[in-house]
Order: sequence, then C-alpha cells, then structure tokens
Amino acid sequence: MSKQAKLDDELMIAEAWMKSGKEVAIATVVSTWGSAPRPSGSHLVIDEDGNFEGSVSGGCVEGAVVAEAMDVLASGEPKMLEFGVADETAFEVGLSCGGNIRIYVERLG
Amino acid sequence: MDPLVLKKLNQARNDRKACVLVTNLDDGRDRLVLEGHLVEGELGAAITKALLTGKSSAVQIGETEFFLNAHLPPPRIVVIGAVHITQAMAPIAKMAGYDLEVIDPRTAFATPERFEGTNIHAEWPDEVLKEHPLDAYCALAAVTHDPKIDDFPIAQALRHNCFYVGALGSRKTHAKRVERLLADGITQDQIDRIKAPIGLDIGAASPQEIAVAVMAETIEAFRKRGLNSI
Repeated sequence: MSKQAKLDDELMIAEAWMKSGKEVAIATVVSTWGSAPRPSGSHLVIDEDGNFEGSVSGGCVEGAVVAEAMDVLASGEPKMLEFGVADETAFEVGLSCGGNIRIYVERLG
Repeated sequence: MDPLVLKKLNQARNDRKACVLVTNLDDGRDRLVLEGHLVEGELGAAITKALLTGKSSAVQIGETEFFLNAHLPPPRIVVIGAVHITQAMAPIAKMAGYDLEVIDPRTAFATPERFEGTNIHAEWPDEVLKEHPLDAYCALAAVTHDPKIDDFPIAQALRHNCFYVGALGSRKTHAKRVERLLADGITQDQIDRIKAPIGLDIGAASPQEIAVAVMAETIEAFRKRGLNSI
C-alpha cells in the first residue's frame, strides 16, 4: 500500500546510517549458482564499526564480507567477491551449502 | 553507490513505483530507471525484462557487465465485498503469495470471525481508498453486486490503471454498470479492461470454484501484464 508504514529494510537502514554521518558499505549478491540461499539482489549493509543488517548467504559468508567491506570503506574502491565450495577460503568461512555466489561490495558515497 | 541514487531508490520503493537499479560493475557507477522511462538498445531490453519478471541479474552488454536490481511493489489484491467468494479467495491468495485485503461497509459481512487473519476494512471503499490509493500493482475484484458499493472502486481501479479489474454480475447487470461508468467519464477503452463476468471461464458453480477462477484470472493478468511504458 502506498500509504502503509514505511519500509524497514537494509536499504532504508543504509540511508538512515548515511544521514547520521556514518560511513556505509553495501554488499549485493549479483549472481548465484547451485543452492545459494539468498537470491540475486539481496543486500548486506555494513557501517564503519562493523555493524551489519540484511544477509547475502544466510549466515555462511557474512563475516568475510564484513571484513572486506572495511577495506572497501577505507579505499573507496568497489570489490567483487566470489565464494563457492571449490574455493578454499570460502570453505573456511563456511559456505558448505553447496552453492556458489558472487557478491559486489561498494562504498556508499 | 551514489547516495542520491539510494535516496531516489528508497523513495520509489516507498511510493510503490517499479524501478531497476542499474550498476556498472566495471566502474561502479549506478543509476535508477523507473518503469515508464525508456532506455535504448540491449540494456533497455534487459531492463524491461527485469521489470516484467521482477528478477535481478547480472548482464553482459558488449564489454561491460551490469547488475540490474529489480524492485517491484508487492502485488496487492483488493476485494470489494466480504462475501462467500471472498472467504475462499483469502486463503488462495495467501498460498500464492499475494497480499489480499477486503473492503465492505456492511458490518454484518466484514467481521474478523468470517475473515480470520485477513486485512479487512468495515468501511466504505472511498474512505479506505483515500488512505490507501490503488495503483498499477493492485488488482481489484468487486463482488458485492451492489452499485452503491462496487461502482466507485471500479472507476478508481480503471483510473489508476490497476493490472486487474474484475466485476461480478450477469451480462444484464454489467450492461447497466457500463452505462453508469460511461456517464461518470470512464472511457470505452477503460471499460473494455473490466473482466465481466468475473473469473476465468472454467464453468465455476460454487463460491469456492468462482474464487479459484477469479484468483487464476488475477494471476494471469499479473504475469502477462504490459509495462506502463508500452
């Protein structure tokens, strides 16, 4: 409904964080193969203190994405991350669901 | 992401406007394309597809990879009339993933007991629709048979370009309704969009079968809808 209660999701949270003067990174699932738990377009938003909202994998790789987001916030350069079972690092961070995902991480502003 | 683009995106989503966030994955630049704003070429075709399907995906256009994040308002089904058909429509809509709400000023019909778990308004349609206006991502089914209740929301649905407008009633009832709507300034083209008799022609006999026919017709209208720009 157009006049319903305002949306309350990670993109609204990102805007609110930005308005409060925080540095914000946005991570987006841009492609998936196999049984990835979150579809393309899903977001994780991260602030400069490492607080995050949303999900890009249902908990498997969020920790790694938050760590990468800190680099992106510092450099301002976007990054493309890939996680999959065939990837040693991904296995370490726990994408054991048999899926494969590509996540784009960028700084807001 | 450009902070201004994020603001526009959130504004569009709050206004129930369909849009696609287009991100150039090579240089990180992004822009927002609202439904109805034409984009040329291969990228434009991919954006149209994203708007029609609601699916987000990465696309390769020439040397450049883009990510198209589609944001579609959740389809909303508004039923005028808290009748037996509506009682059967509510669980079907829920199962199929559509938001359904019921409006009926007759308080004997619009009771929470008859519609457990359904968003129900025991008010006149004009009052409810003033607060929650119809839009292109709404379906309207008018099933009271009573012109006093049905006519106004049908006209509103046509004016706001709802993706589905269905009205219960015999051909004779509908012919009279058409006369009233024409007198109210609705055009013949708009009137031709009304599904009457309501529901897919499956020979539905009981209220429950009519509910199935109406829901099937609504889903068909949503999945095969054209874009506003076309």
